[in-house]
Amino acid sequence: MPNITYISHTGESRTVTADAGVSVMQAAVRNGVPGIVADCGGECQCATCHVYVDEKFLGLLKPAEEDEDAMLTLTASERKPNSRLSCQIAITDKLDGLIVTTPEIQQ
Amino acid sequence: MAPESIEFRPADFFDREQIEFISGDAAVEIERGSRLIRLQSGRELHYSELVLATGAHVRTLPGATDKVAYIRTLTDSLSLRSRMRKGGEMLAIGGGFIGLEAAAAARSMGMTVRLMAAEPRLMGRAVSHYISDWFAALHERHGVQFQLGTAVATLDDPALASPDIIVVGIGVIPNVALAQGAGLEAFSGIVTDNHLRTSDSAIFAVGDCALHPNAWAGGLVRLESVQNAADQARCVASTIAGTPKAYAHVPWFWTEQFEAKLQIAGMPGETDESVVRGDPAAGKFSVYNYQAGKLRFVESVNKPADHIAARKLLELPPSILGSS
Repeated sequence: MPNITYISHTGESRTVTADAGVSVMQAAVRNGVPGIVADCGGECQCATCHVYVDEKFLGLLKPAEEDEDAMLTLTASERKPNSRLSCQIAITDKLDGLIVTTPEIQQ
Repeated sequence: MAPESIEFRPADFFDREQIEFISGDAAVEIERGSRLIRLQSGRELHYSELVLATGAHVRTLPGATDKVAYIRTLTDSLSLRSRMRKGGEMLAIGGGFIGLEAAAAARSMGMTVRLMAAEPRLMGRAVSHYISDWFAALHERHGVQFQLGTAVATLDDPALASPDIIVVGIGVIPNVALAQGAGLEAFSGIVTDNHLRTSDSAIFAVGDCALHPNAWAGGLVRLESVQNAADQARCVASTIAGTPKAYAHVPWFWTEQFEAKLQIAGMPGETDESVVRGDPAAGKFSVYNYQAGKLRFVESVNKPADHIAARKLLELPPSILGSS
């Protein structure tokens, strides 16, 4: 099963083992990883599961769709080129080792 | 979709965060003088601040049938899903989000669907006339049969015929008994000020049960939405933790029916001017609704960028939101 590493804005790192198919947001919430709020439960409605994706993995992700791209303009922390909503990243085996950093604030 | 995939927090979250989670033991009485809550078991809890997040329960129809389904809890949803079969017949009673989402899910699964609603138009409380009509056409294209303006008083009504499942989505009733029992001001919701304090300054109310002053509504309103519940909870937590905040968030709502994702920003209500932008025939458009020359709410169908822009726009001072 793929491992996902979450790094907080202060540099604390947590690695969790996730089931393929769940989202990067769900894997965080289920494992008690702080820094991801996910108010809307994964519906791409609230921009509170914002993460910065490690550059090495950006090319492995499907590009953000129109609704995620729009929602990313509402993030509470600065949007960067590697900003994504973690509810829109489905974990697959090829994402094993994925590293994301959570922003300082989510709302 | 697996039930655990819709959990907001896993069961062990509360332990980890050192929050004592008491379930299956309802709060039955508030003794405000001694700042004490009494639970059904007789257990007593003291508080310095108390937050009422008692929610709402579904409005039900009288009459007996084992075919009826209400949608409020996970158990309700799982039970409904287990009874949905391709080729079966569903009757949805109520033309709001619940009735229409159930109708869309059932049609998509290959059920025959009929929808009866007392109101003459769909989602009348939540959307403009334009959107009501557009969604009626969408559902009709997908084969949903409507009987609008038809109030159902009882499940024993022979006009319901004999579908396999009857989904009833005719609104909710806020849970105000605990507040009323404690002498707090509460009628169609627990009345709060703009900091979500009830008539007792040590007691707050948030979410579906809170009848709160809302700048976008121009008065007291009770909102049933994810946005309202989450933002009100954070607002009160901030106040209790020593940084008082007035509740002032732009309301937003969403629903998905067939291929249409409808997103609403602002407070739906009376309008005297609706401006449509985009391509309704292609299912990608927004409706900008004005009242007395002011932008009140914006409805977007499969136009997420418009919706986000509207949320930002509606946060601006009302004076610059005029249509001219």
